[in-house]
Order: sequence, then structure tokens, then C-alpha cells
Amino acid sequence: MNKNILICGVGGQGTVLSSRILASAFMSEGHTVHSAETIGMAQRGGSVVSHVRVGDEVFSPLIPEGRADLILAFEPGEAAACLKYLTANGCVILNSHPIPPVTVSLKGCSYNEKAIFTFLSSQKIRHATVSSDELIKKFGSVKYFNILILGVASGMDVLGVSAQSIESQIEKLVKEKFVAINKEVFNAGYEIGLKNAAE
Amino acid sequence: MKKEYIMGNSAIALGALCSGVKLVAGYPGTPSTEIIETICKVPHKGVHLEWSVNEKAAMEVAAAGAYAGARTMVTMKQVGLNVASDPLMSLAYVGVRGGMVIVVADDPGPISSQTEQDTRRFASFCRIPVLDPSSPEEAFDMVKDAFVLSEKYHTPVILRPTTRVCHGYASISFDENYEAKDPSGFEKDSSKWVIFPKLSYNNHRLIEERLPVIAEDLSSYGYNRIIKDSKKSCKAVLASGISLAYVRECTSNLDLKVIGIASAFPLPKRFLLEALNGVDELICFEELSPFLEEELLKLCGEHQLKIRIKGKLTGDVPHSGELGVNKVQSILNKFLGRNDKSEGISFTEKIPDPPQRPPVLCAGCPHRGSFYAVKVATGRKKTYLCGDIGCYTLGNALPLDMVDTCLCMGAGITMAQGFNHLDKEAKSFAFIGDSTFFASGISGIVNAVYNEADITVCILDNATTAMTGHQPHPGTGFNLQGNYVDKIDIESVLKGIGVKKVMTVNPHDLKASVAAVKECMKVDGVKAIIFRAPCISIVKLKDKCRVMDKCSNCNICINKLGCPAMSLKNDKVVIDESLCVGCTLCAQLCPHKAIERIHHE
Repeated sequence: MNKNILICGVGGQGTVLSSRILASAFMSEGHTVHSAETIGMAQRGGSVVSHVRVGDEVFSPLIPEGRADLILAFEPGEAAACLKYLTANGCVILNSHPIPPVTVSLKGCSYNEKAIFTFLSSQKIRHATVSSDELIKKFGSVKYFNILILGVASGMDVLGVSAQSIESQIEKLVKEKFVAINKEVFNAGYEIGLKNAAE
Repeated sequence: MKKEYIMGNSAIALGALCSGVKLVAGYPGTPSTEIIETICKVPHKGVHLEWSVNEKAAMEVAAAGAYAGARTMVTMKQVGLNVASDPLMSLAYVGVRGGMVIVVADDPGPISSQTEQDTRRFASFCRIPVLDPSSPEEAFDMVKDAFVLSEKYHTPVILRPTTRVCHGYASISFDENYEAKDPSGFEKDSSKWVIFPKLSYNNHRLIEERLPVIAEDLSSYGYNRIIKDSKKSCKAVLASGISLAYVRECTSNLDLKVIGIASAFPLPKRFLLEALNGVDELICFEELSPFLEEELLKLCGEHQLKIRIKGKLTGDVPHSGELGVNKVQSILNKFLGRNDKSEGISFTEKIPDPPQRPPVLCAGCPHRGSFYAVKVATGRKKTYLCGDIGCYTLGNALPLDMVDTCLCMGAGITMAQGFNHLDKEAKSFAFIGDSTFFASGISGIVNAVYNEADITVCILDNATTAMTGHQPHPGTGFNLQGNYVDKIDIESVLKGIGVKKVMTVNPHDLKASVAAVKECMKVDGVKAIIFRAPCISIVKLKDKCRVMDKCSNCNICINKLGCPAMSLKNDKVVIDESLCVGCTLCAQLCPHKAIERIHHE
């Protein structure tokens, strides 16, 4: 099997943990996995991108442009920045909640997240939106979005790895006292994904 | 054997532990930092491990360990090697007894560095071998190979991974029952360990005699290899490091010879001469400088081989920036005369432009207050604002715009002096962090005092080395092992080296901070203000700020501070509670007193 999954977001959103969980889940099912992530200055509110690559013919840690089967975007603007990586028939799952960078508040720069959703629809790209605002309402924190989006992707059956494998990696990689809530969030995401796939 | 999914830097760390490393020293620098952090996290009984004050100190500590017969390792990024170049050049002449591996992480792109310099040039400059892994798996193996090579030829060996190897992840199998090897002990011999001109002359001769022997040895090294042969084509691709990974991914269905080189210096000539047999055109893929390409041209000249070499020097491969599968693919298509067909979707419309998202000082970062205080205190006066390497470089972003220069670690202090000597009318400021102060700030301040400069040094002390991930330093009161040690008091150091006035202030207190800057500006000579408040990533603050109804939306808070927690929503100022830590700088600044602090449980 060959699978390329790109995870993108803003520093501090938990993209790195979700890529680790995903990669470890693939590994636990016997696949060869490589991944790479941007760290360093990006932590300070900059863009963060993780590349997860599965398969024996993978040598580059980075997904080439036009080859990502799935993009998990924690922020709509970051999704736009990474769309060039998408393969034909690829799928995008994205957070509908924008995080405007400081450059926008200072009015030097524009940001229209609606254009991104319109673009996805007009280009007939398979996509699903998930709102991190609703997560705050339900679980009291935006911190679990990284797990929610994994749940949605799992429910939509676009990950290529089983929900059980992901859950067992959550148990291993998440701090013990947060395991229960993370599993609950994962299942909530899974339900959203199932519904989305049915629509 | 244990199998784990780990980062390339962790693979290097485990490779060293599995080789019996006894001493590891370094200074944090992206992309090398996680090597030492990994060793610290996993069992490392009997290994001396330290964050040194700078790379030069780390190199010297590790050299002594290797003189005493231990296997030692030192880690840094490419710009750190500049700092350590003084001991390195001499060490190449003196040599070692125990194996010594110098890990220098290069940063093509560059992704988080000042330069795109190539450590292979340093290897050739100082005449020591360099190994160049193309994946985390290879990095793990090559650490062990580097120790063996080092001990066999009594020379330090450089391992030079690049960002995509350092921060790539792969699964690595290793024997978890590793053990530190005890050193054989130092044997006094001043004719060997004391670098005198006579020894340098002799050793220089020996080094040059030895290099062809090492090159011959490396010609049989397994990672110098023909990855793919071609009976039909006379065209070949040669690549090293991460570029080889990109090449491998593009060439699986192409009829080409693919040659991988793991030791750029000394060049494995015998291997290459065999590999180049039958080749009449070759393209060379490497990031940073055209090092191998130049070596190949020399080799072809030396042996009168009629091979057309393409690469950076011919303009076929770009000189700067990273390569990647797409770039390599398109260059290869041109090389083979094929059409460049793009993969993926061709959209009928242009993808909407994503917003620019430059790195910024975090919400609540104490540096914001420090910069703002200097800005307010200096007002319309002419200033020179000399920045440095660390989070506080981000003080350059609008709206603060408080960094005029940034050259290299510690240079802010000395550059402020340069400006001051030429322009006595203006006020010269240097901004430096606490870790950088210990790394290379102190000597610059000694210079300022001695040469009668009139500057204000702002030490932004957030009690950690924040940019690289919160490593301890001599001012934090604990070391890498987490042991409590005597704190080196910055105020006492400053007073000890003769700074005229030393003030300490909390940068979250705007009024007091502005007053301190104004007071220092009245004093001639070298003054220092220590802006002291911990990095918001290491303390848990539960307070938040909230905009009250009486806000007149004058936007002064947003326009002056550029705090990422503040934004405009439907033309109203809002504070994002998930980002705000209640530093209250915005509240102190608000002319309408329309921002209040609330306590969150």
C-alpha cells in the first residue's frame, strides 16, 4: 500500500502529535512509515506541516506536490497553502474556524477564508469541514482538535488504517490523564465522519 | 532488539549510545537539538551529558574526553561550527585516541538559520572525513561507522545530516542493552597532545598522506554504492544525503545508473572510477554547495575521463534552497529530454492565496514588553537597535519593528558599539537573551567597557533557551540532568566586568520598564537592563484579559503591540482566550482603561 497524508496547521495546534499517532498506527499494522515535520521558528505562530508517508517505495520524507491522498488542515488558510500537494481524487478535511495571523489584524494583509471553501466546492474536491468552535462547546477546549480531525477522517474511511489501531496509539502516546477524554473526542469525530461519508 | 518510530536526531542519539559513547556535549541549535535531548530522556548510565555554554566549549570538552580514550560526541548546527572552528582546526592536527564524532546539522532552505553554509566544505578545509546520511536509518548506522573510522585513523569524524534527515521519522531497530564504554585513560605525552609548530608540520604531512588511504578504505564502504545500474543508458545520476532519497523516488522506472555517495570527503575515488565506467553524461544532485560536483570535475580531469558533468555549476540544479522530489523530477526530465508532465490536479481556477503567517512573539511573551518599553522611552530619538539570535529576533516584526540588525550570536552587543563609535548623537541599544549572554555576550560587554562605548545592553532574561525548545543554561540554576547547580547571577557578572549601571525590571510592568530605560539613557558608558520574566511556555498562567464594553475600538492595542491573541472581529477588538495569558500589557497601554484582567481556574 502507498499512502500520503499531509497534516497542516498553526504552531501550537497539536499537528505533530496527530501525525505521530497516525504514523504509529500504520506501523502497528506492519507498514513502513516515514514522516517529516517542520519545527523550529514555526512554533511561534507560524505554519506547521507534517508529512506522513506509508509504503516500501517511499524514500523522501516529504510528499511531492500532487501526491497527497489526504490533507488534514487545522486551519482553512493552511489548507489553501497545501492544496498543491493534493492528488486527483484526493480528500481534504479542514477546520472551518480561521486563525487570522497578526498581519491581518494590522490590516496590512487580507484573509478571506470563505474563498477557500468556495474554491473546494467549485473544483469538486472531496472535502469535509469540522468546526473547532463546536468542540469547545462540547468538550470545553480547542486542544483536542487534533484527535477530533483524526476521528472524522477515520469515520470517513479515508485514512487507510483502522480506528482500533488509532485508539491504541492514543492510549500509548497521550498523557495518561487525558486518554479517556481523547478517546471520547476521537469517537465523536468518528460519528461526524460516518455521517459525512453517508451524505 | 527493540523497534521504535523515532526522529532522525533520536536515531543519531541511539546510534551513539549503542556505540558506547561516554561523553556528549553541545549547544542547542535547530535542527540538531533533539540529539542531546533524546540521550537525556533515554537510559544513559555512565554517560557525561551537557549543554555547554557554546559550541567551542562543547568541542573542547569532547576533545579532552577523546584524548583520554573515551568515545565522545559533540552536536551543533552549521553556524555553531563557525564558533567551534578554532578548536576544530587544531584538533584535526592533534587527533584523538577514543572515537570522536562531530555531528553538524546543515539546514538547506534555510528553514531556521542565518546561512546555507555547507559543512562538507569545513570537512575538506580541516581535512577530516565526513559522512552524509540520506535517511534516519542511515544516520543510525553511520554514527557507529563514524566512531569506527575515527578510532582506526585517530581523527575526529564529522557526521553531517541535514534538516530533513534530522527531523524526518522512521522506525529503527536497536539493541536496548547498550552500555557506555569506559575510557582507557589519558597518557601524558607532550609531543603528541601539545600543539607546537613542529608537531603541526609533522602532522599536516601525515594527514595529507593518510587521506588517500582513508579514501581507499571508504571506497569499500557499503553506503558508497551503485543503487541502480543500467546496461543500456550511458547517463548517470549521482547524489548524496537527502538528495539521494529524492533521486531514488524519481528514478525507479527510469533507465539510468544511480550512484549514491555517503562520504563526500575524502572522495572514494576507486569506487567512483569503477562506478563511472561506461558513463558519458552525469547529473549531480546535492543541496547547499556544488561540493561533489567540483570533486567529480577534478576526478575526471585527473583521470582524463570524458564525462559531461551537470549540476549547480552548469545551471541545471539550483544553487540555493532545498531540493525535493518535484524539483529533482523536473531537472531529471530535462536531463533525459522528456516532457515535464505534472502530477496531481490541474485546477480550473487559481487556488486562493493563503494569508502570510510569519513567526511572531507569542501572546504574553515578556519580550514584547521589553521592546515596547524601549520604544516608548526612546520616543523620537535617533536609535540603533542591534538584535541577536533567539526568539527576540522576532522583535523585528511589525508593529514593534525594534530590530535593526541581526548578524550572529552575540554580535548585537559589539555592533551597537560600532554604531556608537560613529554616531554619538544616537542611542545604541543591544538586545540579547540570557542563554546568548552566556554563550557569547559576556566577552562583547567586556569589549564595550574596555573601549569606552556608550551603549545600553538589554538582557531579555526569560529563564530559558526558548527558541530551540527550553534548554537550561548557567543562569537557570539547573543543568541538563535536572540537577540544581549554583545560578550564575547575570547582575553580578555585569558588575564584575565593570558595567556602570545595572537595573533589573519586570517587562510586564510597562511604567517601571520605561522608567528604567529612561534612567539608563541618562548615564554615560555601558549600562545594562535585565528585563526579567519567565517564558510563557514554561510557566502556567491562568489569567486572561477581556475587552470591556467601554472599548472605543481605537485599535491602539492592536496597532502598537501586534499580540497574536488580539484581533478585530466585525471591527471590534477581541481577545482570543485560548491564546491570552493575562500579561496585561494591552490593558496598561489602553488609554480608555477598557481591558481588564480576569482570573481563570
